[in-house]
Amino acid sequence: MKLGAPLAATVFALLLWQGVVMFTALPRFILPGPLVVAEAWWANRAVIAENTLITGLEVLIGLVVGSALGAATAIQLASSRTARVLVQPMLVFTQALPVFALAPILTLWFGYGLGSKVAMAVLIIYFPVTSSFFDGLMRTPGGYLDLARTMQASRRAILWQIRVPAALPSLASGLRLAAVYAPIGAVIGEWVGSSRGLGYLMLLANGRAKTDLMFAAMLTLGLLSVLLHLVVRKLTARMAGEAR
Amino acid sequence: MTSAPEITVEGGASIDGVPLFAPLCLVLEAGKWTCLLGGSGVGKSTVLRLIAGLQTGAFFDGAIHASDGQVVAPRVAYMAQDDLLLPWADVARNVTLGARLRGEKPDAERLDRLLGRVGLADHAHKKPSELSGGQRQRAALARTLMEDKQIILLDEPFSALDARTRADMQELAVELLQGRTVLLVTHDPGEAARLGQTIAVMSQRGLEHCAVPSSPAPRRVDDIEMLETQGALLRLLREKAA
Repeated sequence: MKLGAPLAATVFALLLWQGVVMFTALPRFILPGPLVVAEAWWANRAVIAENTLITGLEVLIGLVVGSALGAATAIQLASSRTARVLVQPMLVFTQALPVFALAPILTLWFGYGLGSKVAMAVLIIYFPVTSSFFDGLMRTPGGYLDLARTMQASRRAILWQIRVPAALPSLASGLRLAAVYAPIGAVIGEWVGSSRGLGYLMLLANGRAKTDLMFAAMLTLGLLSVLLHLVVRKLTARMAGEAR
Repeated sequence: MTSAPEITVEGGASIDGVPLFAPLCLVLEAGKWTCLLGGSGVGKSTVLRLIAGLQTGAFFDGAIHASDGQVVAPRVAYMAQDDLLLPWADVARNVTLGARLRGEKPDAERLDRLLGRVGLADHAHKKPSELSGGQRQRAALARTLMEDKQIILLDEPFSALDARTRADMQELAVELLQGRTVLLVTHDPGEAARLGQTIAVMSQRGLEHCAVPSSPAPRRVDDIEMLETQGALLRLLREKAA
């Protein structure tokens, strides 16, 4: 694996950051430098780790549930014209609503704990997964379908043995998007109401002018998202590559 | 396998009221190769798709029937210009696709025998992307044969191949499809002259049957009579287009 380029980019970003801090000479509660943040990160490592675990759990559950719901919806839509007529407009309309605005009501419905954060993550990834997989399912090369029909295949067999495998690369790109969106969903959920998680920690640190801790939590969240994205990328590589 | 039937296509087709082809009568002789030759857009593929029972987007006013009185569509195997191999499945799984789609257990012995006959015995577990164009089309031919149908519909299956591979494939196909009723749709006069036992040229005005070389198909690529037929067919195609 080539680490040279990402490493260089990281060092460059840190230097830039430190440069801005030194140049502007802002107080550390407005803009802390990378060293200060690293110190805060180390000093609060136990708290950060604990809250990372919480947010990670919300994201993972949200990702699994949202992907499963999205994939199931796509298959349902692709196999039934009635479902397309009745459900598709609704799906598109819900995307026009700002999902963030729903966060307070989700807290009301699913409580203060894990449930509302998972629900938020599910809501935010459901559409990208559904829509990319559905597009893939509706774009099966016509030749495959002709061939299958001359082989007297049932609609069900065509769906599961031709259309679904042919659409897996599209599902893979949906899942990769979902891996990036899911942490955003979970953190929004935490902002609206929670007592745990990285989003909560960020709010708490911000409120107490512990900007260094806020940055430490935010960077941890960023790392978590990047890691998740890489893992999902790896897991879906076969899916995306083979069924081209 | 019971003996292959003769197939008759009678009728005309139109798209939104605009005629695609005038009423015609095409007879596919039992157990023989019929070549349907024509330029692009004259509806020759539509004729083939009608026989296969596939959607055409055209309204067909007529009838398709078999000499034995049974339904035609379930008894056809179809092969197109695109090999239509599923990229995620290996050669063996592609060749047995029909059985797997119908929920039947593929005949492993038959699979081995057919892969051997098309020269892919050592490639059974390769993905299509690992094969050459000629090998891919041979895999598609094996898949067509695996279906063991009496009526074989070929929609320009060799036209994307290079000249040498195409000639090889033509010979292999004639050898392996012996005894079946074959319809080959093509735009290549040379292919029709080499393989046809009946040759019909299709245009908007209808169908014209042409004289066929006396030697048995597949004719040698340098067979004089075959080359003369090829020339005559090309001339006819150009006249029709004018």
